[in-house]
Amino acid sequence: MKLTLKIWRQKNATDKGAIKTYTLDNVSEHMSFLEMMDVLNEQLITEGKEEPIAFDHDCREGICGMCSMHINGEPHGPDRGVTTCQLHMRKFNDGDTIYIEPFRAKGFPVVKDLVVDRSAFDRIQHAGGFISVPTSGNTQDANATPVPKADADKAFDAATCIGCGACVASCKNASAMLFVSAKVSQFSLLPQGKVEAKRRVLNMVEQMDKEGFGNCTNTGACSVECPKGISLENIARMNREYLKATISGE
Amino acid sequence: MSVLDAKIPEGPIKDKWTNHKNKINLVNPANKRLIDVIVVGTGLAGGSAAASLAEMGYNVKAFCFQDSPRRAHSIAAQGGINAAKNYQNDGDSVYRLFYDTVKGGDYRSREANVYRLAEVSTNIIDQCVAQGVPFAREYGGLLDNRSFGGVLVSRTFYAKGQTGQQLLLGAYSAMNRQIGKGKIKMYSRHEMLDLVKVDGKARGIIARNTVTGELEKHSAHAVVIASGGYGNVFFLSTNAMGSNVTAAWKIHKKGAYFANPCYTQIHPTCIPRSGDYQSKLTLMSESLRNDGRIWVPKHLKDVEAIKNGTKKPTELSEDERDYYLERRYPAFGNLVPRDVASRAAKERCDAGFGVNETGEAVYLDFASAIERYGKEKATILGEVDASTERIKALGEKVVENKYGNLFQMYEKITDENPYKTPMQIYPAVHYTMGGVWVDYNLMTTIPGCYAAGEANFSDHGANRLGASALMQGLADGYFVLPYTIGDYLAGDIRTGPIPTDTPEFDDALNDVKARLEKFINNNGTKSVDSFHKRLGKVMWNKVGMARNEKGLKEAIDEIKEIREEFHRDVYVPGDMYNLNPELEKASRVSDFIELGELFANDALERMESCGGHFREESAEEDGPQKGEAKRDDVNYAHVSAWEWTGDPSAPVMHKEKLTFNDIELKQRSYK
Repeated sequence: MKLTLKIWRQKNATDKGAIKTYTLDNVSEHMSFLEMMDVLNEQLITEGKEEPIAFDHDCREGICGMCSMHINGEPHGPDRGVTTCQLHMRKFNDGDTIYIEPFRAKGFPVVKDLVVDRSAFDRIQHAGGFISVPTSGNTQDANATPVPKADADKAFDAATCIGCGACVASCKNASAMLFVSAKVSQFSLLPQGKVEAKRRVLNMVEQMDKEGFGNCTNTGACSVECPKGISLENIARMNREYLKATISGE
Repeated sequence: MSVLDAKIPEGPIKDKWTNHKNKINLVNPANKRLIDVIVVGTGLAGGSAAASLAEMGYNVKAFCFQDSPRRAHSIAAQGGINAAKNYQNDGDSVYRLFYDTVKGGDYRSREANVYRLAEVSTNIIDQCVAQGVPFAREYGGLLDNRSFGGVLVSRTFYAKGQTGQQLLLGAYSAMNRQIGKGKIKMYSRHEMLDLVKVDGKARGIIARNTVTGELEKHSAHAVVIASGGYGNVFFLSTNAMGSNVTAAWKIHKKGAYFANPCYTQIHPTCIPRSGDYQSKLTLMSESLRNDGRIWVPKHLKDVEAIKNGTKKPTELSEDERDYYLERRYPAFGNLVPRDVASRAAKERCDAGFGVNETGEAVYLDFASAIERYGKEKATILGEVDASTERIKALGEKVVENKYGNLFQMYEKITDENPYKTPMQIYPAVHYTMGGVWVDYNLMTTIPGCYAAGEANFSDHGANRLGASALMQGLADGYFVLPYTIGDYLAGDIRTGPIPTDTPEFDDALNDVKARLEKFINNNGTKSVDSFHKRLGKVMWNKVGMARNEKGLKEAIDEIKEIREEFHRDVYVPGDMYNLNPELEKASRVSDFIELGELFANDALERMESCGGHFREESAEEDGPQKGEAKRDDVNYAHVSAWEWTGDPSAPVMHKEKLTFNDIELKQRSYK
C-alpha cells in the first residue's frame, strides 16, 4: 500500500505545532499501525533530515495503555475494541490519506509530537483509587467473604480499564467520567471496597474537576471509542454513588 | 573464582524463613522516617516493594521510564498466579508447590528461596483480594482456579486472561495510597542510568528525566532494582518495547554479579512472526493449553496442501493429525512445562511439519474443548437432543468466558477466527530466569543494593513454571524484601540524609553525560534499531532454543563485531535535552549488546542441558528418554555468577554451589 500521512509535529510543550505531510510506500496490510510508524521513522532517520516522530507506546499488545494517537479523528483509529498498537493496516486502503494527531484535551497537554502528558489520571487515582488495606498479608483468608459472581464479573469488567485516555480524547467536553467511574465502580461493587466508598467517590471526583476535565453529557462517545468497551453504566453508578455520598455525608 | 555465600539460614527448610524473620534486625518506626529507599521499576516487584516500604515508614523514591507506574510490563501477564491454597482439595500443599517449582526449574534454583516463595504464596492471594483485585469466582462466590503446565493440581488464580493487569493495578493502588500520603515520591518518565556507590555501598542513582533530558542525582540509604528481565536482547520477544536490562546492567558494571544469563524461557504459545517490519511478538497465554490441543499434520502431503491452500486444517481427520505432545508425554500431555513444549514444537517444525509459509507454526486447536463444554452446557440446560450447531454455539460461549480477550487479541492480529479454525502458534522469547545474583535477603554483591522480581535470578532455576512470575514478583515485593532490607538498614539509623554534592555523585553524573553526548555526536549512519535487529538475529539463531559450541563461538565473535560497529556507526538524531526516544534506545541497546556477549559466554561454559538451556551436545542418546535434555549434576549443579571486569569479553565466573537436602535430584520426566 502507498499512504499519505498528515502528522502533527510539535517540538515541545511550548511550540505551536503544525501538521506535516509524509508519504510511505510498501506498507504491508499485516503491519500494525505502530509498525507502520516505525517504518516511517526508520525512513526519517536514514534520510537524516528531520527527527523521527515521537509517540508513546510500550507493550504493543493492547494492555499497558501507553499508546494513544488520534487517527482520522478517532482515538485509536477506526477499528473498535482496540488500542492503536492493535490496529492493523488492513483496516486502510491503498492510496489513503491518514491524519494522525495527539489526544486533544485540556487535561492532557502535549509533550512532543504525538506524546501527551496523562499524569492527571495518576493524580485522580492518588485521591482515592485504592482500598486502605496494609500490605502485611495478614488479612483474612481470601475465601472468607464470598462475592456473588455477577458482582465480581462486573467489577472485573470495570477494572479492565487501561487508563489510555481515549474516553477523554473522544469526548466533546473532554470528560474523564468513564475513567473515574470505572475505578469507583470496581471498588463499590466489591464488599472490600464498600467501607470507603463515600470518601473515595467524593475525593476522586473533586480531583477530576481540579484537573480541568469536563462534565458528562451522555453522548456515549467514550464508551464507543474505549478499547476495552467500558460501559456507560459505570458513569451512572458513579453518579449514584456520588449523590448518595453528598446527601448522607460521612 | 570464588565461592559465593547465599546466607541461607540454618534449620529445617520449613522453619528457615520464620526463624530468619525472628532473628534479623528491625528498624524502629521513628528511625524509618529518617531512611530513604530508591526503587527502580514499578511492576509487580517494584510496585509492591515501594508500597510496602512506604507503608512501613521509609521514605521511598520510585522510578519508572513509562508515563505512569501502571504501565510496567507485568501488566501484560495473562494466565494467572500460583498459590498453595488447596481450595480445590486436590492435594496441594506448600511442599508440593515448592517441589513442582524446583523440579520445573530443572534443579537449578536455590531450594531455600523456593520454599519461602511457596510459603508466602498463600498470603499473596489474601492480600490481593483485600485490595479489591477481582479474581475469577465460581457461582458460590468463592475463588476459581485453573491448571498450568508442569503440575498435576489446580492452584492458579486468575482474572480472565488479564491477571497481570489486575495484580499490577492492585500494587499500583497500594502505591497510590502512599503517593497520596507523600510517603512515595513518584518519578515517572525517568530512567536510571547509573548506580552511585559511596564507600562501597549503594547510595543513590543517576536518572534522566526523559521529557526534559536533565540528568538528576538521587540519593538513598538503599537501592532496589526491580526493572524486570532482559528478553529484548533477542529484539523480538513478548516483552514490551521499552523493557530493558539497563538498570540491572549498570549495577552489574558497578560490582553486582550477574547470574545464569543463558537461562531464557522460550514460551511455546506465541503468535508466529510475519515479516521483517515486525516489532514484537504476542503471547497467547499458557492457560490455553488447559483446553487447546497442540498438533501438526501426520503426513507431509497434508502440510503441503495446507500451505498451498488446497486443504484447511479443519478438514483433516483425527487419524491424519499428530498430537505430538500427547503422543510423547502421555502423563502431562499438552500441559508439559514450557521448555519441553517449545522444543517439541521446534522438533516438528525442523522436520518439515510447520504449517505456515515460514514453516514455523503449529496448531493450537479448541474444537474438542468447544464440543465438550457445549455438551456439558446442553446437559445442564436439559437440551437432550441439541444439534451439533447448538452444541458448538454453547461451547463457544463457555470458551469465550474463559479466554475471550485472548481470542479477540488473536483475531485482531491475524485476521483469523480461532473459534472456527485452530490458532497457529510458535515459541518466542518470553522471560529470563537469569538475572542479578542475590543472596537469601535479595541483596546483590553490592552492599545496600537489592534486586527483586524478574531482575534477580533466584527462584526459577533454569525454567520457570507458568503463573510463577507473578507469584515471585509479589512475594519479593510485599513479603520478603520489606523485612530483609530492614536487617541492612538497621545499620543506617544514624547516617542521616545522603548528600548528593559529593565527588561520587558528580563523577557518576559526568560519566553518564559523556556516554549520552557520545551517542548524540557520533555522526554515524545506521539506526539504533538496525543494530538491535542484527543482535537479535544472532541471539535467536545461535543462542536460542538449541545451542552448540560452534554456534556459540560464532555468536560471540559476531556480537563483538556488532558492538564495535555500533559504537562507531550508530546514528542518534535529536538532542539530549528534550524527549528523545532514539537516545533512550541507543543507551539500552548498548547494554543489550554487552549482555548478549556475556549470555553467549555463559551458554558456552554450561556444557549441559537444563531447563530452557538446551545444549545439542548434551541429550539422552537412548532409552525411553531418547532426545530429551541431559543434565549434568556432577559438574553443573551450581549458579554461574559473572563479575564485570571492564572488558565485556573477559568476564570472571564465580560459583554458588546448589545443594538439595529436601528434594532428590532426578531426571525430570513428564512422560
